[in-house]
Amino acid sequence: MTLTFTRSDQIRSWGRVVHASHLVARPPFRDAIDASLALARENGQAVMPYGAGRSYGDSALNPDGALIDMRGLDRFIAFDAERGIVRVEAGLSLSTLIRFAIPRGLFPATVPGTRHITIGGAIAHDVHGKNHHAAGTFGTHVPRLSLLRSDRGRLAVSAAQEGELHAATIGGMGLTGIIADAEIALAGVPSAYIDCDFVPFGNLAQFFALADESAARFEHTVAWVDCTKTGDALGRGIFQRANWSAEGGYTPHRDQTRFSLPFDAPGFALNSWTLRLFNEAYYAFNRRKAGSRRMHYSAFFFPLDAIGQWNRLYGARGFYQYQCAVPMAVGEPAIRSMLEAIADSGEGSFLAVLKTFGTRPSPGMMSFPRPGVTLALDFRNRGAATLALLARLDEIVAAAGGRLYAAKDGRMPAGLFKAGYPEWPRFAALCDPSLSSSFWRRVMA
Amino acid sequence: MSKNAQSPRRVIILGALSAVAEACARELAGEGAHLALFARNAERLEEVAADLRLRGAGQVQIFARDLAGEADCEGALREAGAALGGIDAVLVFYGILGDQARALSDWAEARHIIDVNFTSAAHWVLAAARLIEASPSPRAAILVISSVAGDRGRRGNFVYGAAKAGLSVLMQGLAHRFAALPAPRPRAVTIKLGFVDTPMTAAIEKKGPLWAKPEDVAPVILKALDRGPSIVYVPFIWRFIMLAVRLMPGFIFNRINL
Repeated sequence: MTLTFTRSDQIRSWGRVVHASHLVARPPFRDAIDASLALARENGQAVMPYGAGRSYGDSALNPDGALIDMRGLDRFIAFDAERGIVRVEAGLSLSTLIRFAIPRGLFPATVPGTRHITIGGAIAHDVHGKNHHAAGTFGTHVPRLSLLRSDRGRLAVSAAQEGELHAATIGGMGLTGIIADAEIALAGVPSAYIDCDFVPFGNLAQFFALADESAARFEHTVAWVDCTKTGDALGRGIFQRANWSAEGGYTPHRDQTRFSLPFDAPGFALNSWTLRLFNEAYYAFNRRKAGSRRMHYSAFFFPLDAIGQWNRLYGARGFYQYQCAVPMAVGEPAIRSMLEAIADSGEGSFLAVLKTFGTRPSPGMMSFPRPGVTLALDFRNRGAATLALLARLDEIVAAAGGRLYAAKDGRMPAGLFKAGYPEWPRFAALCDPSLSSSFWRRVMA
Repeated sequence: MSKNAQSPRRVIILGALSAVAEACARELAGEGAHLALFARNAERLEEVAADLRLRGAGQVQIFARDLAGEADCEGALREAGAALGGIDAVLVFYGILGDQARALSDWAEARHIIDVNFTSAAHWVLAAARLIEASPSPRAAILVISSVAGDRGRRGNFVYGAAKAGLSVLMQGLAHRFAALPAPRPRAVTIKLGFVDTPMTAAIEKKGPLWAKPEDVAPVILKALDRGPSIVYVPFIWRFIMLAVRLMPGFIFNRINL
């Protein structure tokens, strides 16, 4: 079967702000990736690998250019039971990997907030999870991968072999070559269940105290913050801290989603009233249920996966995610200023997530996590008003010496990117000359 | 599940590298089936086999063959059956869409479409029928992927449609023959597939709500292997679409560009 590029207007990222046309090829086997790269090169088009479409902004989009849809490459290649290392094609979903691992008493060393991502995407954005302070990033547990470059062909890449390219590819936003397959080191877990403590906190200072006190005793920590509150209650929220449970057995999650949003919610569905209502209700509900609970890993790690296409809640214009990391020394004042700016703007964010990052360094030179604290927010796209608020947040992040997360970003200015990722010139020199994304063109402008 | 209580099923898959075949093979692997995979590309077969083993298949044997050019289909099936220790089912998944426009002016292309989709498939089906009839398995079955394109000739793809129509009639006759055998009777199942988004159909641009994914049609196909009618439209909506298409009077049909 000859490989073809087909025009598609259906490609979106999770934020659904950008509606663009792409030429898409979907190689069914790894031996066809070369042909896709070569074909795009012949046509003079920049290429971008595309996975599950779960990054929020434009880091996997290449409007009017070509995409290589990796989802046809979703096979297991080999499994070393003794070392717990599985080698898989890059288009395999994290969900399938977990369903493979759990019955064997294993689990990925760290997972982000959704299981509907590809392994290639997880490496390209070096995703992190609630146990960052214990396990580091996803890429920390990728001992080896195969990279297909338009200029150098197929390369085996690890810390020991092509070490510089390894460091560039982990968190390299898909720009250093097509990740064809990778080895993932799984971790042993005592069950498929998590014992989780829910602890309400009244303000930001209490959050930092809780995070500090919990890090050593709990593998997983994360907090939800009510960003509609000001004054003394600014930064109130619910802290979750958890460890794997010793009991419960190894039942994997089901792969079907029971409920999916069948259409876009009207744009006004999420407004300052529903926002306030939701935040009040969520806080009150969890405060009443405070205490310890045993939860299945899917409910603990992937609560939003229970609703298919939840991104449609934000209406047809989509939404922006904004995730920053700032150093611990200035963490509290910086987060406080951001929460104040958000409350001032009246824009608000339904899901504000606050977490402290640990000190374990990622092997990736462009990886987002850094020691300090991270705040993730989402905002309905209301055009100029939303962008103005995000620009205001940019100023606070820049002043704090922080950085933004490429997987979530659809608008960060070049200056903020370069200031946040001082390794960028070293990285840019390692990029594959045939690959590009609209994210990359923007931050290199 | 009752399925798992029985001994693992032994299944031969012809055209195992097609996206729909691979999705079905994953379902079968999940229940621990023993599989023999036939397709042309040995390297790709190895990759699929390694994956199916890790997904739970009891064993996976590969046979790198040119299915359309096979001279001794029965011999090849016997060889696979011997490797698996018996045969419960033979699934025929291979086929090509071809180029209809070229087929109208170039007999070589038209003949290729007919040879692959009908002549060679008929060879495999008739050979498999002999083995399946002789199989002591209570779940003996042949399943063939045909197409809704065979239900009524239309200008866009009637050479392909004619070949698939021939294959459907062959299977229909086989089901009729099997129905007269003493119980446990083997099954002969024809799957009439609607639009499925696969590498075979990658060049077709407009993909609307009628397009299904391989992983969605696979469980339906495997259910048909075990029970239910011997002709199954997948996804089921095509049963009604094709009923309407077949019943439409010619003077209307001829005005519609399908």
